[in-house]
Amino acid sequence: MPLLQAMEQACGDIQVTAIHAWFRHARGYFPGAQREKTLLAMSMRSCGQTPTDGGIHEPTEDLWVREGRILDPEKLFFDEQGYADKHVDCEGSIIAPGFIDVQINGGYGIDFSQASEDVSDGVSFVAKKILEHGVTSFCPTLVTSPPEVYHKVLPQVTVHDGGPHGAGVLGFHLEGPFISAEKKGAHPEKYLRTFKSGGLEHLMEVYGSLDDVAIVTLAPELPGSQSVVRELSQRGITVSLGHSAADLSQAEEAVQQGASFITHLFNAMLPFHHRDPGIVGLLTSDRIPAGRAVYYGMIADGIHTNPAALRIAHRAHPSGLVLVTDAITAMGLPPGRHTLGQQVIEIQGLHAYVAGTKTLSGSIATMDMCVRHFKQASGCSVQEALEAASLHPAQLLGISPKKGKLDYGSDADLVLLDEGLNVKATYISGEEVWRKGQ
Amino acid sequence: MRLVILDDYDLASEWAAKYIRNRIVQFKPSADRFFTLGLPTGSTPYGCYQKLIEYYRHGDISFKYVKTFNMDEYVGLPRAHPESYHSYMWNNFFKHIDIDPANAHILDGNAQNLEEECQAYEQKIAEAGGIELFVGGIGPDGHIAFNEPGSSLVSRTRVKTLAKDTIVANARFFGNDLSKVPTMALTVGVGTVMDAKEVMILITGAHKAFALYKAIEEGVNHMWTVSAFQQHPRTIFVCDEDATLELRVKTVKYFKGLMHVHNKLVDPVLSIKDQ
Repeated sequence: MPLLQAMEQACGDIQVTAIHAWFRHARGYFPGAQREKTLLAMSMRSCGQTPTDGGIHEPTEDLWVREGRILDPEKLFFDEQGYADKHVDCEGSIIAPGFIDVQINGGYGIDFSQASEDVSDGVSFVAKKILEHGVTSFCPTLVTSPPEVYHKVLPQVTVHDGGPHGAGVLGFHLEGPFISAEKKGAHPEKYLRTFKSGGLEHLMEVYGSLDDVAIVTLAPELPGSQSVVRELSQRGITVSLGHSAADLSQAEEAVQQGASFITHLFNAMLPFHHRDPGIVGLLTSDRIPAGRAVYYGMIADGIHTNPAALRIAHRAHPSGLVLVTDAITAMGLPPGRHTLGQQVIEIQGLHAYVAGTKTLSGSIATMDMCVRHFKQASGCSVQEALEAASLHPAQLLGISPKKGKLDYGSDADLVLLDEGLNVKATYISGEEVWRKGQ
Repeated sequence: MRLVILDDYDLASEWAAKYIRNRIVQFKPSADRFFTLGLPTGSTPYGCYQKLIEYYRHGDISFKYVKTFNMDEYVGLPRAHPESYHSYMWNNFFKHIDIDPANAHILDGNAQNLEEECQAYEQKIAEAGGIELFVGGIGPDGHIAFNEPGSSLVSRTRVKTLAKDTIVANARFFGNDLSKVPTMALTVGVGTVMDAKEVMILITGAHKAFALYKAIEEGVNHMWTVSAFQQHPRTIFVCDEDATLELRVKTVKYFKGLMHVHNKLVDPVLSIKDQ
């Protein structure tokens, strides 16, 4: 018989008043049911360290989570007289905010820049896999592509929260096509563009839509860039300087207009010169507007940047360092040939080159590998290494402290790590979404 | 009175914790019969709390059927302020044990009506069946809780204005800025503590020595309010050597000679695991 009818038959003789007796019973036997909303306060016991702004907490400090956010347990105790419904033993792991990757082109055979019908599936596939690397939020990145690709791909993926299905999407990172021909790196020359008059409108024609775009990388020396930078920034889109031959004053001008990021520092830009430091000079520029900061992406895979250069950047401007993977299709795949954007790539060991050349086309390092390499190469503390993968990208995108921090009220996107900074488990909104060995 | 003298702060903290542990375990608290415990704050009981937390972690005691009543709380200090007694109790004790938050009572220094809050607190103690064991400390001016010199020895829970001495002593917790130290507090009265079945006062450190002398070797005097406990049938003073520095040698020798008797209270140390 129909379900509702069955329910009616079974419960027809239960009085409305009986529900009050149930409430009383529930309150007495299940103290967690006192509130209207389910109090799933989960305390993660015996956890090693929780790096926050105030430093790493002493061991045995618990982290409390409720309804997907970090909870202030003292308020819970005194205000609500509540306590934990569930304990999770972290076995002395380090708890860090989930990693945020703002530059990732694909992986596991998926290439975000390929115009396909099921881009959304591809993004979801990668989103799920990168949970293993501790990444809880990311910006799918599109390299220089023709307008048809943007028009096809962009509408298929929207900004959305992460969960058991995979890391959350914070918005696209559009790396190109408004970049320098001289510094194109692995980007296909024939699709490079310059700003026509009417800056932002031209941009819209090329991209189609900016609704779910988080970051745009462009070369500020291109004529007409100033108004574009300004208008994009006003729209809340992070403007990044990269694949550019700009000198320092051009870069500073762009920052004045709102640019706040440098795409993979040192790569695809003029090298540091002591009389014109170029974009690299932004790290110590004194022309950054008050209250603003410039962040810079670093591919700390041991290949894209010499460790000494990594150290120089880190020491010059430690709070701006953002670890990115710039991972390409081949990340997670065995050696061989694969497609990236409109080109063919060759994997040799940990290196990925444009097929037939020695031009690096992107990395196949994972985020947790980058964190470990960064810590080892720079000699920084565990906290600094973890902040470069969580706090700084969150600050860059203006989503801190909701993401990238473990403050009371922050989203409970966490990664549990062992002493060697290997990922043991990943949580999104307080729910375990990946565990090593399962 | 029992005067239990241990060599140092750690041993005194441990003795006190063992005593509390034994009392709770022996009482066999249950859902129908809670063990009511009065609790202090400050640097003196810190070691004792650490030990109790350790015993809880080893599974030797549980606070599930224990009701606690703290002695005092500042007036006007936000509850989340790191120096409030709510914060102290949460960080140093409650968050590490299995006490039901509904059973952890602390006076609310931000209540709309402070007098009503005090009366309600007395009421809650009465409803809980009175305090089984009230643990307290002593101030350098001989006060118990915030019953400053001059407090009535039969006083109940009320609002008190703090003495200059106390404010100065507390300044170190407020960045040594006297203007930031609260000037009023809600406190249980001397009479309230006297109503407890048993009282245990923890006193450690040379700076408390004179107060201890005044409390136990001189007469009952409202200028040294801890002296009121000379008239309580079951009081234990737990102290370290340094706290005895102002006592007569005779007093110290007498009570040290009784340690084998006192130690029977904590040896053997009991555990719920054996029940």
